[in-house]
Amino acid sequence: MQMEQNLKPNEERWRAEVKDLSFKYGEKQVLNKINLKIHEHKITALIGPSGCGKTTLLRCFNRMHDLYQTIKYDGEILIYPDKKNILSSDLDPIEVRMRIGMVFQKPNPFPKSIYENVAYGLRVRGIKNKNVIDEKVEISLKQAGLWTEVRDVLHQPAMALSGGQQQRVCIARALAIEPELLLLDEPTSALDPISTAHIEELINELKKNWTILIVTHNLYQAARASDYTAFMYMGEMIEFGASKKIFTNPENVKTENYITGRFG
Amino acid sequence: MSQYNRDIIKIKKMYESVFIIISLLSLLFSIVILMLLVFDLAKNGIPRINFDFFINFPSRFPEKAGILSAWVGSLCVMFTTAIMAIPLGIASAIYLEEYAPKNIITQWIELNIINLAAIPSITFGLMALGIFVYKMNLGQSILTAGLTLGMLVLPIIIVTTRESLKSIPKNLREAAYALGASRWQMIWDHLLPYSSGGIVTGVIIALSRAIGETAPLITIGALTFIAFLPSTPFSDQFPFVNFQWMSDPFTVMPIQMFNWVSRPQSEFHVNAAATGLILLLMTMFMNGFAIYIRYKFRKKYKW
Repeated sequence: MQMEQNLKPNEERWRAEVKDLSFKYGEKQVLNKINLKIHEHKITALIGPSGCGKTTLLRCFNRMHDLYQTIKYDGEILIYPDKKNILSSDLDPIEVRMRIGMVFQKPNPFPKSIYENVAYGLRVRGIKNKNVIDEKVEISLKQAGLWTEVRDVLHQPAMALSGGQQQRVCIARALAIEPELLLLDEPTSALDPISTAHIEELINELKKNWTILIVTHNLYQAARASDYTAFMYMGEMIEFGASKKIFTNPENVKTENYITGRFG
Repeated sequence: MSQYNRDIIKIKKMYESVFIIISLLSLLFSIVILMLLVFDLAKNGIPRINFDFFINFPSRFPEKAGILSAWVGSLCVMFTTAIMAIPLGIASAIYLEEYAPKNIITQWIELNIINLAAIPSITFGLMALGIFVYKMNLGQSILTAGLTLGMLVLPIIIVTTRESLKSIPKNLREAAYALGASRWQMIWDHLLPYSSGGIVTGVIIALSRAIGETAPLITIGALTFIAFLPSTPFSDQFPFVNFQWMSDPFTVMPIQMFNWVSRPQSEFHVNAAATGLILLLMTMFMNGFAIYIRYKFRKKYKW
C-alpha cells in the first residue's frame, strides 16, 4: 500500500472524481459546479435538506437521469482507475451501469424469486453457466448478510420477505455484479429501526470490499457510518471532508447550522 | 344534542336511503333486462341444441339445419384474427409506451388509436372491401375476414397492453436499468412477464368482441349459406400443414344467426335462438377465462 502511494500519490486511493458538475433538468438548474472525490473502500455520505440535489447527484453516477426527459450534464465524473468520464455522451449509459451498482430508497426487488433477483445482473451480462450463477448468488447473499435466513427459500418470491430483507436482497443483487462503486439512495428510509440497524451494520461491513456513496436524510447515520461527508445545499457543495471534522468542527456556518438542527 | 341537529341527521339519512334505492333499481333494471334476454334465448334455444346441431351444415329444412360451417368458420376467422392482431397490437403498444419519444407526433398517433376504437365496425368492413378484397385481391376469404377483424380489435389490444405496461411501477424499471439491462432486456425480462396478465386479458376481450362482429363481415361479402368446410390445414406431404383454408369462403356464427332470423319460417327462428345462445356462452366463457387469467397473474406478480 505504502509503495503504491509513493508511485501515484493520492490518486490510487480514489474511486471517482466529480469535476465542476452542473446538471439541468429542463430549464431548472439542479446542481451547480459540484466538486467531490470519492475515496476507495470508504463510505462517502451526501447530506443536506430535502431538494438540495443530493439524490440528483447520486443518480448522475449511473446516468439514471438519461431515462427521462430533457436533461443536461456539464462537467465530468471520472471513474478511476481508467479515468473515463461517466457523463460523456460517447459512453453508453449501459456500460456505466455495468460498472456502478445502485440500491434504491424503497426496496424494489423484482416480483421473481430471491435467486432470480440476485442472478439478474449476471444474466444481463450474458452469464449462463448455472454453477457460476449459483455460486455468485450464494456469495452475494452472504455478503448481504441474508444467506442464513433465505438459503432454504431461494426459489420463493422475494416479495414475500420483510422490508429489511427485501432491501438486503437488493443489496445482494447490486453486489453480485461486483460494482466498482456502490450507490445507496437513502437505503433505510423506508425501514423500521431494527432493519435500519441491520443495514447500517452491513454497510460498514461492505466497506472492506467496496466503495460506497450513500445519500442519507439521517444525520446520525452519516455521522456513525461514513468516513467522508459532503454537505449540499440548494444544488451547491457547501462543504466536503472527513466526517469527524464535518460533524465536530465544520468550517462553513451553513454546515454547522444544518448539523446542529438550526435549519433543514 | 338539540332537536334541530337530530332533524338534520334524519334528513341526511333519508336522502341517503333514497339514493341507495335509486341506484339499486337502476342496477336491477339492467340485470333484469339482460336476464330476460338470456332466458328468452335459452327457452327457445335449449330444446334445439343437440349433438346433430353442431355437426350438420345449414339446410333448407330447419330441423336438419346445423351450425357446423358457422362454428368452424368462426374458429378459423378467430385464429386468423388472433395471429394478425396480437403481435401487431403488442408490438405497437410496446413501441408507443416504451420507445416513442414523447412528442406531438406520438400524441397524435395515440389520439388516433383511441379514436379508432370508436369507429363503427361497418366502416372497417367498407375499408376492407376496398383494400383487401378489391386492391389486394384476397377475395371473400377467411384471410380477409381475419385481417378485417384484426384491424377492428387492434386498438383494443394496443390500449389494454399500454395500460398494463403503464401500471408497472417506475422503481422496477429503474432496478433493471441500474443492473445494466438494455431497454429491450428490461422489456423482455420484466415488463412483458409482469404485464402478461393484463395483456392476455386484453387479447381475450378483443377476441370476444371480434367473435360477435357481423357487420364488417357482411360488408366484405361473407356468404350466409355455406354447406362445406374450409380445406384441411393438414397435408400428407412435407411440411404437413398448408394455408389453403385461409383463402376459402366462410360463414360465422352471427351471420348464420342473422340468416336464420331473416327467414319467414318460425322454425328457423328457433335455430337462430340456439345459435345465439351458443354464441353468448362462448363469449361468456372467453370473458370468464380472461378474469381467471387476470386473477392468476395478479397472484403471481405482486409488487
